[in-house]
Amino acid sequence: MLIIDSEACIGCGLCEDNCPFDAIHVENGKAVVNDSCTLCGTCVDHCEVEALSIERDEESIDLSDWSDIWVYAEYRHGKIAQVTNELLGVGRELAAQRGVKLAAVLLCDKAGDAPGQLIAAGADIVYTVEDPALADFTDDAYGNALEDLARKHKPEVILAGATAIGRSFIPRVATTLGTGLTADCTSLTIGEDGHLHQTRPAFGGNIMATIMCPKHRPQMATVRPMVMKANTPDPDRRGEVIAETIAPQRLQSRTRVVRSVLAEGEQLNLGEADVVVSGGRGLDTPEGFKLVEELASLLDGAVGASRAAVDSGWIGYPHQVGQTGKTVASKLYVACGISGAIQHVIGMKSSETIVAINRDAKAPIFDVADYGVVGDLFEILPRVIAKLKERRS
Amino acid sequence: MRIVVCIKQVPDAKDVRLDPETNTLSREGVKSVINPYDRHAMEEAVRLKEQYGGTVTAISMGPPQAKAILAEAISCGVDEALLVSDRAFAGADTLATTYTLAQAIKKTGAVDLVLCGKQATDGDTAQVGPGLAARLDIPYVTCVKKINGLEDQVLRVERMMDDGHDELEIDMPALLTVVKEINVPRFPSIRGLRKAKEIEIPSYTAADIDADPDQLGLGGSPTWVVKVFPPVPKGERTMLEGSLDEVAEKLTEILSDSAYGA
Ligand SMILES: Cc1cc2nc3c(=O)[nH]c(=O)nc-3n(C[C@H](O)[C@H](O)[C@H](O)COP(=O)(O)OP(=O)(O)OC[C@H]3O[C@@H](n4cnc5c(N)ncnc54)[C@H](O)[C@@H]3O)c2cc1C
Ligand SMILES: Nc1ncnc2c1ncn2[C@@H]1O[C@H](COP(=O)(O)O)[C@@H](O)[C@H]1O
Repeated sequence: MLIIDSEACIGCGLCEDNCPFDAIHVENGKAVVNDSCTLCGTCVDHCEVEALSIERDEESIDLSDWSDIWVYAEYRHGKIAQVTNELLGVGRELAAQRGVKLAAVLLCDKAGDAPGQLIAAGADIVYTVEDPALADFTDDAYGNALEDLARKHKPEVILAGATAIGRSFIPRVATTLGTGLTADCTSLTIGEDGHLHQTRPAFGGNIMATIMCPKHRPQMATVRPMVMKANTPDPDRRGEVIAETIAPQRLQSRTRVVRSVLAEGEQLNLGEADVVVSGGRGLDTPEGFKLVEELASLLDGAVGASRAAVDSGWIGYPHQVGQTGKTVASKLYVACGISGAIQHVIGMKSSETIVAINRDAKAPIFDVADYGVVGDLFEILPRVIAKLKERRS
Repeated sequence: MRIVVCIKQVPDAKDVRLDPETNTLSREGVKSVINPYDRHAMEEAVRLKEQYGGTVTAISMGPPQAKAILAEAISCGVDEALLVSDRAFAGADTLATTYTLAQAIKKTGAVDLVLCGKQATDGDTAQVGPGLAARLDIPYVTCVKKINGLEDQVLRVERMMDDGHDELEIDMPALLTVVKEINVPRFPSIRGLRKAKEIEIPSYTAADIDADPDQLGLGGSPTWVVKVFPPVPKGERTMLEGSLDEVAEKLTEILSDSAYGA
C-alpha cells in the first residue's frame, strides 16, 4: 500500500498532478490516496519531501479476490489472430471448471466487429480499449493497458498466444504485476487444488515440465499456436462488451513504429495449412528441393523446410519449421530427407498424420511418423508425383 | 556509450535428457556453452562500441563455473565482465532472475543500452529481456534483427514479427533482445585470449547488489515446477515396404486421402 507521512507532506500537490490514475488528492493540505491507486510509484518519484513510500505485502495474496479467465485477443491489421480463437477454446473449459466467466481483452484503435467475433468464439465478456495510441503494437502502451485492466478487474488467469507480440509484452505485464508467467505452454488444466497447471516443453523439447503459480495472481501463460482447439464460432452466442479507457499518460510509448512491413509472398501461412510438405538436407540441391515444391503444389499444401535446407539457401526462412521457425499442426505433414532432430520435431509433431521419407532406417523422424518409407527420395518422390498427376488427369 | 550484455551459460541443448528412472536431469558429460543467442548480443554490443565508442560489460548470473563464458566474452572483444553468484539465487524463475540482474546492473552505474539474447536455450522462455527492461524502467524491443542507426539518443531498429517486420525508433537508455539474423559473431582474437587469461572477473553476492532476500532464488519465484517428465512418444507406425513401385503406389494412396483437404 501507499504510505503517506503526513508530518512530512507539505500539500504541494505534485503527486496529484502526476498521478496517472487520479488516485491521490490534496485535502486539507495533505495528500490522501483512494482506491484507484495501483502502486505504480509515480507519486513517490515526484514527491520532493519524501513523504510517500510503498509497502508491499510479501505474503500470499488473498486468492479469492481474483476470478475469471482472461484471453488477450491479438488483433493486427484488422484481423483476430487464429491463436486467440484457440485460447478462447481452452479458456471455455478452464472457466467452466472454475465456475467463472471467460473474458477477452481487445486493445486496438478501432474494434470494428471484432468484439462480436470474440463472443462467437467463446467469450462471455469483451473488454475493449479503443485508442489511436494502440494503432501500432508497442510494448509500453499495450503493456500498461493490460496491466491497468488486470489491476482493476483482477482476473485469476491471463492467457496470450506465444506469438511475436505475446512473447514480447506479456513478460513485462507479469513483471509489473509481480506474478509468474509460463512461456509457450502446450497444455493447460485446472488441478484439484484449483490452480492452473501449465505444461511446456523445455530443453528444446527433450523434457516436459508442469508449472504452477500457487501464491500469486493472476496466473499467466503464453500458449503455442496450433496446439489448443478452437470452438466452431456460434453467431448466436450472447456476451457483454465493456468499453474501457486507459489514462493517456499510460498509453505514451518510448518506442514508435515507423513502418510495418508484411513479408512478401507470405500468403502461405504455414501455420494454418492443412497439408505441409517439408524438405531437408536430403534434397541435396536447390533442384532437389523442387521435388518438394512440386509435391506440395499437387497436394494444395504449403512448403516447409528444416533449418538445414533454409541455411543452404534453398528456401526462405519463413518456411522453416521448428524451434526457431514456425509451429505447424497440419492434417498431413510429409517430411522428405529430414533426419528429425528434436528442434525440428518440436515444430511439427502435433500434426495429425506424419509421413517420413528417409534412406536411413534409424533416422529419428520415424519415431514420430505414422507412415514411414525407407528409401531414396530421388527414386520415390518422382514416382509419387507421376502417380498423383495420373490420378488427377 | 555504456553497454551491458547479459549472457547465460546453458547446457548444450541437444545433449540434455531426462533420466526416466529418477526424473532428474542428467547433466553428466553435458558441455556447458554460451547461450547461442547471447553470442549475437555480445557481437552486436562490440560492434556498436566500435562504431560509436564506449565500453561493453558482460554480466552473467550463475554458478562460479559461469566465469568460463565471461572469459570467453572478454576474448571476443567485451571490455569487462561481472559474475553475479550466490547460493541465494538458486532456483530463480524469470521474475527472480530479472530482479537479480536489474540490481546488479544498477550497481554498476548508469547504462545506455542493455542487450540480451532473444531467449536462452535451456528454458526457452524469452522472458528475461522484457522483464529486465520493466525492472530497469527502460523501453525495449524484442527480436531485433537489425540496428539501422543511432542519433540523438534514439536507436532505429527492425524487429521480427510473425507476418514480416516492424521498423521502430526507441529512446535510450533502452534494452534490446536480438535474434541470430542480426550478425555473424567473430572468433576470439589473440589479444582477446591473452586479456581473458589475465583479467580478474569479479563476483558479486546478494549483499553486494543490495538485494532483498525475499525476492531472490526459489523464495522469490512465483512459479513452481511441480513435475518434469519425458515427452510422450507417438503410438505405432506403419513402414511401407515392397518394390519401389509398390511403395510409391501405397504412398500415393495415403497422400490422396481426401481427409487432408487436398
Ligand atoms: C538452438 C537450435 C535451434 C534449432 N532450430 C531448428 C528449427 O527450428 N528447425 C529445424 O529444422 N532445425 C533446427 N535446428 C537444427 C536441427 O538440430 C538440425 O540440425 C536440422 O533440423 C537438420 O536438418 P535436416 O534434417 O534437413 O538435415 P540432416 O540432419 O542432415 O538430415 C538429412 C536427412 O536426409 C536423409 N537423406 C539424405 N539423402 C537422402 C536421399 N537421397 N533420400 C532419402 N533421404 C536422404 C539422411 O538420411 C538424413 O536423415 C536447430 C538447432 C539448434 C541447436
Ligand atoms: N542467468 C542469466 N544471466 C545473464 N543473462 C541471462 C540469464 N538468464 C537469462 N539471461 C538473458 O536473457 C535472455 C533470455 O533468457 P530466457 O528468458 O531465460 O529465455 C538470454 O538470452 C540472456 O541474454
